[in-house]
Amino acid sequence: MNDKKTLFDKVWDSHVVHHIENGPDVLFIDRHMVHEVTSPVAFLGIKNRDIEVMYPEKTFATADHNTPTINQHLPVEDPLSANQLRMLEENSNEFGISYWGLGHEKNGIVHVVGPEYGITQPGATIVCGDSHTSTHGAFGAIAFGIGTSEVEMVLATQCIMQTKPKSMRINVEGKLNFGVTSKDVALYIISQLSTSGATGYFVEYAGQVFRDMTMEGRMTVCNLSIEMGARGGMIAPDEKTFAYVKGREFTPSGKAWDAVMDYWETLSTDNDAQFDKEITFDAANIEPMITYGTNPGMGIGISNGIPVADAKDSGAATYHKSLKYMNFNEGDSMMGKPIDFVFLGSCTNGRIEDFRLFTSLVKGRKKADNVTAWLVPGSHKVEKAIKEEGLLRILEEAGFELREPGCSACLAMNDDKVPAGKYAVSTSNRNFEGRQGPGSRTLLASPLVAAAAAVTGKVTDPRELMELETA
Amino acid sequence: MAYDKFNILTTSAVPLPIENVDTDQIIPARFLKATERKGFGDNLFRDWRYNNDHSEKKDFVLNNPIYSGRILVGGKNFGSGSSREHAAWAVYDYGFRCVVSSFFADIFRNNCLNIGVLPVQVSPEYLEEIFRAIEANPNALLEVNLPEQTITIKATGSQESFDINPYKKANMTNGFDDIDYLLNIKEQIREFAGNRPL
Repeated sequence: MNDKKTLFDKVWDSHVVHHIENGPDVLFIDRHMVHEVTSPVAFLGIKNRDIEVMYPEKTFATADHNTPTINQHLPVEDPLSANQLRMLEENSNEFGISYWGLGHEKNGIVHVVGPEYGITQPGATIVCGDSHTSTHGAFGAIAFGIGTSEVEMVLATQCIMQTKPKSMRINVEGKLNFGVTSKDVALYIISQLSTSGATGYFVEYAGQVFRDMTMEGRMTVCNLSIEMGARGGMIAPDEKTFAYVKGREFTPSGKAWDAVMDYWETLSTDNDAQFDKEITFDAANIEPMITYGTNPGMGIGISNGIPVADAKDSGAATYHKSLKYMNFNEGDSMMGKPIDFVFLGSCTNGRIEDFRLFTSLVKGRKKADNVTAWLVPGSHKVEKAIKEEGLLRILEEAGFELREPGCSACLAMNDDKVPAGKYAVSTSNRNFEGRQGPGSRTLLASPLVAAAAAVTGKVTDPRELMELETA
Repeated sequence: MAYDKFNILTTSAVPLPIENVDTDQIIPARFLKATERKGFGDNLFRDWRYNNDHSEKKDFVLNNPIYSGRILVGGKNFGSGSSREHAAWAVYDYGFRCVVSSFFADIFRNNCLNIGVLPVQVSPEYLEEIFRAIEANPNALLEVNLPEQTITIKATGSQESFDINPYKKANMTNGFDDIDYLLNIKEQIREFAGNRPL
């Protein structure tokens, strides 16, 4: 028998408290993050059982999903949102959990602040009642979203019950083309695998493209793992990872750092370890991507036309329903399609590098008059960097405003809703029907594609604008 | 929280032959603001079920009085998207105890099992057979037998078996939940935690 282990095996196996015969593993959770929407019923369960939170120091709370992105210093107007936020604060205080509420300097989107403060670490198990928890896999952690029943389990016992998923390795080899970002890599992979292509698997991303990527780029890729159905995705930690993590508030220091480094340096897949499935892509085939339908798998290179449904495909009815919702036709070119909104932000693309990319393209240009743009930093730390690096001045000169941090229009739980029938180019993660507001139509893309749309008012290949600059 | 025991369920079913039904359709994010687990059934499939003025969309299956029952039958890749357990709660609260599809998204399946909704995965061919049986007779009965792990179209006797993890099966047939189990091994967990580096 092959005793070689994958990165995933190493981290998973070291967290199994107990294996239930013919059942799931009892998996120990190192870090648990909670937000206002998926936690109240879990805390209620703890109270109803009259038990304590077992390890409050391993859980961190931040408010992000339903928070407003303007006037955060004022009381939240929507009574239901205000109530959820109050519950999170009360529950955190009652059970001794760190709470970074609205206005707190560390507040931001849960998957942005986790890495920023060193809560996210290699080799850890990290869960949150949010499917984009897969983001933290960028550090070589096993991170995935859980339901509220499981949030309650973690609060009560620091464990959840999970069957070990199958393993898949996705290699992307070569060098990325001009104008192609980590977001395009992820949208490309999902378009090739479909939204259920990795269901039942935990993915390891490998190959030169991911080795070359920054930590923030890796977070964007791992973030979108769930959009192809995977439980999560991870990348082996390397010097970039250790350099990113070092010195952050919740990162071990001194002797403890040396001890964790001994462990972290073992975190890679052994040569000859077997995956249940392995796929390799060539970076040369990836161009800036955009979606045209109502799931993230419906993406194409921006210069391509909308595919024609194969008449024999049993899913043709669903496909046509989707295009009808978008008011697009098979064979249409995406380029030149008019758009109404641009959203830069979310746990997928709300980090400083995303704002740098967006700003680099709008610099010296003007926002198109027909476009409403929402630029929402992922956290106060990102917001601060935008100001300190001088990006805000450039954005304002181009006619853009910066909002305050939160999930915002990614899921439109707050007032940042795209109206029915309107098109939004969004750097977020889901283009489901009504995701950004009832009747809204979402085109997922990278910060560069979003920037090109923002200044031209239509779907535009960012390379055309970038080439003008480099020419 | 513990739920009702699941044994044999014989009922008519509601057909939803659409693929990739995501959790934003099952329950849109703007209806996730409650702090207690109740009332989510009212907003199940909200935007497919109601117009903006809250009137019913007549062509949506839940508004068609000829269909009813405690089983929801959906197209492949049912429940993709968000981890919101509210989606499973909405399905349960509306009155469904079982969802049948040829493929389920992971987290949704897990959430269902954790709250007492049985996800039954069948072959694509059998799924078509179920849709045809309901089309022929909206009152067609399905029998889901958890102890035997079978699903049967009563009118034709056509049957298929389905998989379920034995541990989860025992939980569902007894109405237990995972927390009961975990609380019973708390000392073992404490010992394990003591040896962790983080």
